[in-house]
Amino acid sequence: MMEWETVIGLEVHVQLATRSKIFSGASTAFGAEPNSQACAVDLGLPGVLPVLNESAVAMAVKFGLGINAEIPEVSIFDRKNYFYPDLPKGYQTSQMHHPIVGPGEVEITLEDGSTKRIRIHHAHLEEDAGKSLHEDFQGMTGIDLNRAGTPLLEIVSEPDMRSAKEAVAYLKAIHAIVTYLGISDGNMAEGSMRCDANVSVRPKGQEEFGTRAEIKNVNSFRFVERAIAFEAERQIELIEDGGKVVQETRLFDPDRDETRSMRTKEHANDYRYFPCPDLLPVVLDQAYVDHLRSSLPELPAEKRARFQDELGLSAYDAGVLSSSRAMAEYFEAVKEVCGDAKQAANWVQGELSGALNRENLGIDQSPVTATQLGELVARVMDDTVSGKAAKQVFAALWNGEGDSADAIIDARGLKQVTDSGAIEAMIDQVIADSPVQVAQYRDADPEKRGKMIGYFVGQVMKASRGTANPQQVNALLKDKLDNL
Amino acid sequence: MHDKTLTELAAALTAGEFSSRELTQSLLGRIDALDGELNSFITITAEQALADADRADQARAKGEAGPLTGLPLALKDIFCTEGVKTTCGSRMLDNFISPYDATVVEKLKHAGTVCLGKTNMDEFAMGSSNENSFYGPVKNPWDLTAVPGGSSGGSAAAVAAGLVPAALGTDTGGSIRQPASFCGITGLKPTYGRVSRYGIIAYASSLDQAGPMARTAEDCAWLLGAIAGHDLRDSTSVARGVPDYREELGASLSGLKIGLPKEYFGDGLDPNVEAAVREAVRVYESLGATVREVSLPHTHHAIPAYYVIAPAEASSNLSRYDGVRFGHRCDNPKDLIDLYERTRAEGFGEEVKRRILIGTHTLSEGFFDAYYKKAQQVRRLIRQDFLDAFEDVDVLMGPASPTPAFDLGAKKDPVSMYLQDIYTIAINLAGIPGISIPAGLAGSRPIGLQILGPYFAEPQLLNIAHQFQQATDWHRQRPALGEENA
Repeated sequence: MMEWETVIGLEVHVQLATRSKIFSGASTAFGAEPNSQACAVDLGLPGVLPVLNESAVAMAVKFGLGINAEIPEVSIFDRKNYFYPDLPKGYQTSQMHHPIVGPGEVEITLEDGSTKRIRIHHAHLEEDAGKSLHEDFQGMTGIDLNRAGTPLLEIVSEPDMRSAKEAVAYLKAIHAIVTYLGISDGNMAEGSMRCDANVSVRPKGQEEFGTRAEIKNVNSFRFVERAIAFEAERQIELIEDGGKVVQETRLFDPDRDETRSMRTKEHANDYRYFPCPDLLPVVLDQAYVDHLRSSLPELPAEKRARFQDELGLSAYDAGVLSSSRAMAEYFEAVKEVCGDAKQAANWVQGELSGALNRENLGIDQSPVTATQLGELVARVMDDTVSGKAAKQVFAALWNGEGDSADAIIDARGLKQVTDSGAIEAMIDQVIADSPVQVAQYRDADPEKRGKMIGYFVGQVMKASRGTANPQQVNALLKDKLDNL
Repeated sequence: MHDKTLTELAAALTAGEFSSRELTQSLLGRIDALDGELNSFITITAEQALADADRADQARAKGEAGPLTGLPLALKDIFCTEGVKTTCGSRMLDNFISPYDATVVEKLKHAGTVCLGKTNMDEFAMGSSNENSFYGPVKNPWDLTAVPGGSSGGSAAAVAAGLVPAALGTDTGGSIRQPASFCGITGLKPTYGRVSRYGIIAYASSLDQAGPMARTAEDCAWLLGAIAGHDLRDSTSVARGVPDYREELGASLSGLKIGLPKEYFGDGLDPNVEAAVREAVRVYESLGATVREVSLPHTHHAIPAYYVIAPAEASSNLSRYDGVRFGHRCDNPKDLIDLYERTRAEGFGEEVKRRILIGTHTLSEGFFDAYYKKAQQVRRLIRQDFLDAFEDVDVLMGPASPTPAFDLGAKKDPVSMYLQDIYTIAINLAGIPGISIPAGLAGSRPIGLQILGPYFAEPQLLNIAHQFQQATDWHRQRPALGEENA
């Protein structure tokens, strides 16, 4: 049986978070009434002209700086000509030969914590098309041009990925960079990030690439993984059955979990690219680029390194906590309040992430604020509450049953008991209530006693409603039981 | 009134000799009487013109009149005018009422001018005779069997016939200068980027430029001042101050160095035209200019380069006419492809289709380098020819067109029509300014002298043209059209 290798390159379209469109003053806000945000320029009326939005340029350059890419001094807009009802001018203004961002690279983190560099061929600016709406129109198609002219940054990777999981990790890395930079909201459900995957397979060890298929419009991390996995499998089976992969565009159907042929290369469009005569070449001087460079925030890779080197977190923790700007900001805020990075990391990744996952919420939707969590962690660290009681406090904060950890601790009497007299009284009561267990303990080998003591600790903690200091309980119990 | 220049009309309005309404009414009457024959207008906006004239008269009464307030004009039907049909001479836009004004239209409205209507033109500005209009050909007021030139043939004919004192045209390969020459008026193509293209229906974006067409260089200077300037809505317009072009008129031509490109006096040049141009040059010598022969060695490449670049841009610019959002739409399309094919087959005329086909072909994979890229290289050489020539001389002079106006229907094959633009087309490829002024008559048909200058030399060109018009009276000649019944 031959061993196969999958080769993947991704084209990611990122919708830039400009207020107005790339070549007109119309708003880019999502979800407005159809065609209410399309001005004369977006409609492609006779006589209108495009004017480049400077903020789209700035965002594209920031991305380039964020991936350590070359920023060419001159970039040029081209027209990509084709007819489609939701493409008002009959051409899309894009950048074919002289993109705004040159070659760069992105580091991805795989599930085992290892990292890999994925090269980026280039990134270019272009305008989005409108939307064709086929539902609700009997025998007709509705055209909504609100999206027409929305700025997109198309990020084209080299074919450097070797598995669906690597592709997802790459997509997540791009997502993290653009959201860190604040150049996109990264909202995949609203189409702010869309992905085309070029997939081919080749026998392991072979240098030459196989024939690739392009899977269009895969719009979630999960679908990317499934679509690529399916497509690689399909190609391998096809070749093993004596068939040949044809170069074509395929569409992923998430309901059936398969890809289907859209069009083969024989019917491919000739887009007749040529430089757009309505737009001047974009010339970026060094001062402009330097100014943008100085405004860059700390990016995921830098953050991850700092979390490891300065905060002493493990590679895994540093990776998870820097995976998104929201996550990193939350974590750093908790750390600020409680003063301890490791404790903050444990709580954010443990109790908080667990709760968020259970309710399918993003960290920016957490009902527990970073300040609240930080204060709670501080109370654990100064022994005000036990770890166990702290979980109750967290649950109460989550459910909105109090404004702060301190308020909940006070209201529920969860303050940890460290008074040994009080703990001894509880221990005496538990011993008195458990004659059978006490007898078993006394008869047991000293090696087994260590395990048996757990029962008594549990009983005492229960009696204290989790407020007794567990270390103290342990020590006092051992002393009492061994000297009975 | 119809015989006066803008400058004279402005003085008369200021002096109260007549009102803007009276002037407007008089010209509308003349259009009514004469334009049935000439066909220089596609749309006449009489009602709006009279309302604008009244507004101008009121402004004047209140002492709020500017220099152009109340002066009547016409616009080539390529300029988008809010609420008014804007057809570009095409069936495709026969039903198109623009929801916005072109920047130059805004400027003219702001200046208080009165627009009488939209003038006829070759469809999408593609043509040199005005015979490619969906609205029928325009006749030359000097000789009703002759063409007025194109593509701004309607504007040229209307000014020549005294239907309007001045008009705006556009010039992509000679479309202001050649009809100005055929109709015996003054027409200026400014430097590319001098006048905003926003709201001017695009033919070939890197070549299109709007400019004034009037009876005198002085009037052109006035109008250019009103329409020129940087426009934030047109990235290709140039951020450069607009001089007072009229103030620049009057400088002496003593010491002016004139170059005569030898390539502009070769085979195919009508002897009457050559004689008139050489005579005009002698007038300049008498005004103190010196003359020498120069060479623009790549001149013969201009037409082939133009007919690659302009159709390439046009094929893309005209893709938006697809029947989806505005303009002509075929009846009962059975599917999307049918909608596209029939809409465009019905909406566009022959010449437009020909250029879309040429442009689509030259941009296609496998042909791009041989055609489009090569043409752009040629374009750079042509530009360099002019830059080199302007190292030695101040301006270039030559004919605007190889012949006077030809007969309607005379040029059946497209290439012989394309060759009409041999002296004008290189100027658009280079982006420099050029002006055509009346310099003689061949029988009843006018002859135009073309003067070319370096980038942004409009003040010099206008003054040089103005000095000629101070010394000669070719620009005062009028066609004997229907004087008896108007």
